[in-house]
Amino acid sequence: MVLAAAERATPTSPCSPVGRAVWSGARYDDALGRARGMRDGGERVIRVLVAKPGLDGHDRGAKVIARALRDAGMEVVYTGLHQTPEQVAEAALQEDVQVVALSILSGAHPTLVPRIAGLLQQNGQGDVLLLLGGIVPEQDVASMLDAGVSRVFGPGTDTRDIVRYIQERVGDS
Amino acid sequence: MTGTPPLVAAEVLAGQRRAVSRALTVVERGGPEAEALLQTLLPHTGHAHVVGITGAPGVGKSTLVDGLALAARAQGQTAGIIAVDPSSPFTGGAILGDRIRMQDATMDPGVFMRSLASRGQTGGLSRAAAASLTVLDASGFDWVLVETVGAGQSEIEIMALAESVMVVLAPGLGDDIQAIKAGILEIADLFVVNKADRPGADASVRELRAMLRLAADPPPWTPPIVTTVAAERRGLEQILAELARHRAFLEETGRRADRRTHQVETLVRQAVWDAVARRLAAAREDPGWARALTAVAAGTRDATGLADQVLRGAGGMADGIH
Repeated sequence: MVLAAAERATPTSPCSPVGRAVWSGARYDDALGRARGMRDGGERVIRVLVAKPGLDGHDRGAKVIARALRDAGMEVVYTGLHQTPEQVAEAALQEDVQVVALSILSGAHPTLVPRIAGLLQQNGQGDVLLLLGGIVPEQDVASMLDAGVSRVFGPGTDTRDIVRYIQERVGDS
Repeated sequence: MTGTPPLVAAEVLAGQRRAVSRALTVVERGGPEAEALLQTLLPHTGHAHVVGITGAPGVGKSTLVDGLALAARAQGQTAGIIAVDPSSPFTGGAILGDRIRMQDATMDPGVFMRSLASRGQTGGLSRAAAASLTVLDASGFDWVLVETVGAGQSEIEIMALAESVMVVLAPGLGDDIQAIKAGILEIADLFVVNKADRPGADASVRELRAMLRLAADPPPWTPPIVTTVAAERRGLEQILAELARHRAFLEETGRRADRRTHQVETLVRQAVWDAVARRLAAAREDPGWARALTAVAAGTRDATGLADQVLRGAGGMADGIH
């Protein structure tokens, strides 16, 4: 009865994420199915670094994005505030992310973004999808794209558009 | 992705950071590539002192790990860190925030920190953790620190992979002892009362002492209790010293080899588990699966027989059912 034991094993770990789902009843089968799918399929989960480089202390936007990406099934590493370009690149290296999403509201993007892109390149992560959000004036967008940013998402962006964009760009790799 | 050079095991063994990082991704994903890599790396493990750090949310585990890594660096040693956070069971997504409290150590070239999402796997988390520890150990780190929220079966399994287990408490978070007594107390090799500058720290230490004295037989190793203020980096050298003492105890008593056998057993056990899970998934995709289940429900076929068929991986679930 190995399999019966296997079937029971999940719900009897009350503190594992899957086990907890048992308490929400109807959604349990769904959650268990997803957990199985992840375990069995060996699929590549999309890992994203959400980073706040520079000195502005406003991370509401970054947290909203992190939450939206998590809810889309991605693994989101959040760095916290006041990151240097070196810290962002080092975190991307250690976490082996496919996406780096920067949030900058201070206007320091012309300095910070090319520096981060350069460090990613230097670390052998030039193929990482680099995204930029926050306050980026229209006239700066072209130079950001030149610096290596794939896309700039300004205020008012629907988080679903960001999710879709990431899934399209790195979903099948 | 295109343009990414192949992963070279020699670069992992040399501790080359990009290679270590990619190796962690490979072994976490599992599958044949992971098995082959682990096979190459396993003979090179055994150097690192693997320490499990567990405790309730908010007791200061991440800050403590950050401080311990820096304290190890100050003694000329290196540290690899695995921090586990839960995945959502509904979307599979996760927010991994342990780096926020590990800002100081993670920029040190002698420290490497990786966040690991639990991915809602039955037992799979301990496989991923065991494999990740193997990678960091083989990469030559002197210390490998693995941090989990101390609750649940899989977390206890991860702690069982460590040579030394540190259970962290903090005063003022409700009844600490109540929170840790289910399963966690027994696995502790070292207790840390963090935030010891707060009121109630002395009481926590007293309660722990009292609880340890309740043991019927005096155990061969009595877990020491260390008080720390991790945010101010106080007490961290003492933790390293106690951990070194514990390792010496393990070596003298032959227990270190046992732990290593256990770690390898976990890798094997999880490989078996993965194979069973794959067979079951394949069976559920079989066009005859629903009919086979109906037959079991109707009593015309027995469940054990169907299970055997699943394990053989032969397919044809509805064969012989009319």
